[in-house]
Amino acid sequence: MSVFKEKTLSKRDRILIAVASMLLLTAFLFPLWQIRLQAPQYPEGLGMNIWVNTIRSLHPHNIKTINDLNHYVGMKPIKPSSIPELKFMPYLLIGLFLLGIITSISAKKTFLTAWVASFAGLAVAGLIDFYKWEYNYGHNLNPNAAIKIPGMSYQPPLLGSKQLLNINATSIPYIGGIAVIIAFGIGMYVLVKEYRSGKETQSQQKQTQPQVVAS
Amino acid sequence: MSFNKQLKNILTGGIALLLAMGTFSGCSSSNSKAGDDGAAEQVYVPPGKHDEFYSFMSGGWTGNVSVYGIPSGRHLYTIPVFSQDPTDGYGYTEETKALLNTSHGSVPWGDTHHVEPSKTDGLYDGRWIFVNDRNTPRLARINLKSFRTDETIEIPNTAGNHAASFTSSNSEYVSAMSEYSIPLDKPLGNGTDVPIDSYAKNFKGMCTMVKVDQKTGQMSVDFQIELPPFDYDLGRFGLGVSKDWIFYTDYNSEKAHTMLEANASQNDKDFVLAINWKKAAKIAHQGKGKVVSTEYYHNIVDPKTNWAKSEIKQKVRVLQPSELKGAIYFMPGPKSPHGINVSPSGEYISIGGKLSSTVTVYSLDNMKKAIANNDVSETIDGIPVLDFKNVEDEQVKKAGLGPLHVEYDGKGYGYNSAFISSEVVKWSLKTGKVVDRHPTYYSIGHLTVPGGDTRKPYGKYLIGLNKITKDRYLPTGPEMFAGEQLFDITGDRMKLLLDFPVEGEPHNATELPASLIDTNQVKYYDLDKNQNPYVTRKEADAKVVRKGHRVDVYMTAIRSHFVPDNIEGIKVGDEVHFHVTNLEQEWDIPHGFALMGMQNSGILIMPGETRSIVWKPKKKGVYPFYCTDFCSALHQEMQGYVRVSPSNSKVKIAYGTNKEL
Repeated sequence: MSVFKEKTLSKRDRILIAVASMLLLTAFLFPLWQIRLQAPQYPEGLGMNIWVNTIRSLHPHNIKTINDLNHYVGMKPIKPSSIPELKFMPYLLIGLFLLGIITSISAKKTFLTAWVASFAGLAVAGLIDFYKWEYNYGHNLNPNAAIKIPGMSYQPPLLGSKQLLNINATSIPYIGGIAVIIAFGIGMYVLVKEYRSGKETQSQQKQTQPQVVAS
Repeated sequence: MSFNKQLKNILTGGIALLLAMGTFSGCSSSNSKAGDDGAAEQVYVPPGKHDEFYSFMSGGWTGNVSVYGIPSGRHLYTIPVFSQDPTDGYGYTEETKALLNTSHGSVPWGDTHHVEPSKTDGLYDGRWIFVNDRNTPRLARINLKSFRTDETIEIPNTAGNHAASFTSSNSEYVSAMSEYSIPLDKPLGNGTDVPIDSYAKNFKGMCTMVKVDQKTGQMSVDFQIELPPFDYDLGRFGLGVSKDWIFYTDYNSEKAHTMLEANASQNDKDFVLAINWKKAAKIAHQGKGKVVSTEYYHNIVDPKTNWAKSEIKQKVRVLQPSELKGAIYFMPGPKSPHGINVSPSGEYISIGGKLSSTVTVYSLDNMKKAIANNDVSETIDGIPVLDFKNVEDEQVKKAGLGPLHVEYDGKGYGYNSAFISSEVVKWSLKTGKVVDRHPTYYSIGHLTVPGGDTRKPYGKYLIGLNKITKDRYLPTGPEMFAGEQLFDITGDRMKLLLDFPVEGEPHNATELPASLIDTNQVKYYDLDKNQNPYVTRKEADAKVVRKGHRVDVYMTAIRSHFVPDNIEGIKVGDEVHFHVTNLEQEWDIPHGFALMGMQNSGILIMPGETRSIVWKPKKKGVYPFYCTDFCSALHQEMQGYVRVSPSNSKVKIAYGTNKEL
């Protein structure tokens, strides 16, 4: 704890943390992630938006269409109501939001560390979970499927584009997700800054008098 | 000008043209072959790109309306209207059968003539297309969101409904009109047994004003006007300054009932009938005339169930011309006139003198003056006849032989078709002077300029609807599609761009800008909102229910199987109703349903929709059924079986998909 010589956050950092916490709430207004599927016979577009608590069609009935298409290769239908993560993710996000606000109000560096650490932990866990879900979705195929291509799996990409038979799947963070990433960036920035300023303060205490006079 | 001389001119012109074509590469605007002058570029719509206009063409004896893209001339779709269509089961399915109901029973065929778009303030609004059946007097309303016939209404006390489906400036009314007069009962009814030679005494013409509900488009017969037994041929509502009027041409003022080609062509002049429909409606709504008994069908699709229901109407208000003081006039017109068209400002009314070489133009101002001055030469059956000299404005001389119809470009020019001399003639509305003419191939009937019957024509193109095709395309035996011709009319001279063959015999056409229609299209029906009484919303709800000899099969279709796909317990003598719901919710994924030996139509079911078709099995056996619309990679596998047992069999109803019965 010696790096945090001053145990309270600056006013500016407290505001930054509050803003970052508020940014998390964007995820309740906009999707976190978007998966777009492109195929020649879908000029009108096909895809889905992953929200903090559900998955919705990009255009009306897209999930139904995706499920209809995927059943040929034996992929399980996507049923948002049967994905447990979508049930508790909102609570985790609200928890992060509250912890951020507490950090901002209390101005305690320990809270800041705890906030950023839990944020990072949840983000990593979330991405791993998402990857595992995608892996299972793309690999765990119905053995009675009409179309079986040896060696072929249909795991969508976590980030970026991937060609899956006739469909090009693109997966990117959407407004909600981008806001969460920015919030995390702010958290990291404040943490690193506080860490550095803690160090600087230590060294400054030995030789800063002239500077103070100068200012 | 004699017909021979005209013919000689055309022939000479043709020879000169051939010579010119040999010498120069593409410079003549009266070229019979397009492809030079950049014409190919003007009509070329690259793959994946869309046309500028939709063209709706009546199919004549197909009973349908066909849709083409302009300028490419590509056939986009055919809308079944008055004819059964086994393509998708129109008129065969339980949901659509009622649209063909009339007081004569189901009439599964029609003769469509005039397509008229709905209007707002004298401009197209892209809501509906109205079209008439000439044979069994009916009007239909096509919904431009779905390109489907939503409504048909029979016109009572009428025969030969030719001068019909014209719409007023705000589509307040669609008009219907008798070409063939018929004897009418007193009180009125359909069909009276009288000697045909009592024509002049007993037969009557009938003008009908059909009201349009501005919200739903629903049509209702508002009132009728009994008329002398002339043959009313064509009509048009006024525009702008004349928007309260409707004008009709008529021939057979001789009241002939046999050998009309000679007997109805004796008088030097026939008539134009002008009705102030606004005044007439007001008088009718005051309770004038008589409400008489009759019988006619009104058939309309319920948008919630997509199911057409018939209603039999038994009353109609009929007015006598003598009750319409100041609202109805005859104006003497050219001998045996045909088309009548109102200029964009509404000031001029042009009439094609079918058996002459002139187009006669009336002016609304002259007509109003004649009415104000009471310039009446005689009265026919209570209708005052205005003095011809005082209403005529000008005559377009040299309008070709047999001028039929006029369209306007909104730049001060009229274009008339000339059937006998096979040409389009362009003239100035101001001076009546002919400024250009172009041969057509062959024998042009109607012609159309996009928006040519509105206050603001789009101009740009003119389409000639030819009656004779002969050698214009690869021959297809004795009968061929009709040949239409697209002209560029942006320059001083008309330029032939394209020949394109079309089905049936379009009697007229109307063009709407793509932007008025293309963004409003229904792509599929919402399954959750499907209120068809026999809908099956999910596979688990599919079932087969017997009630006496009637068996209802509640079936679902989705890529690539039916539920149920195995059905047993059907017996010879049963009436099996297949109610197939397409569970897809995706654009352009219809499923089909067809069953071996079914003496009915195959059907197409749009996504989210339910369609019902009746089958009466006559022999025991096992009958395969399958999807007729190539829906997926496993479309071939989309099939099933119905087992039919003898009528005395004990086989119980059993059904399912992917299970042993």
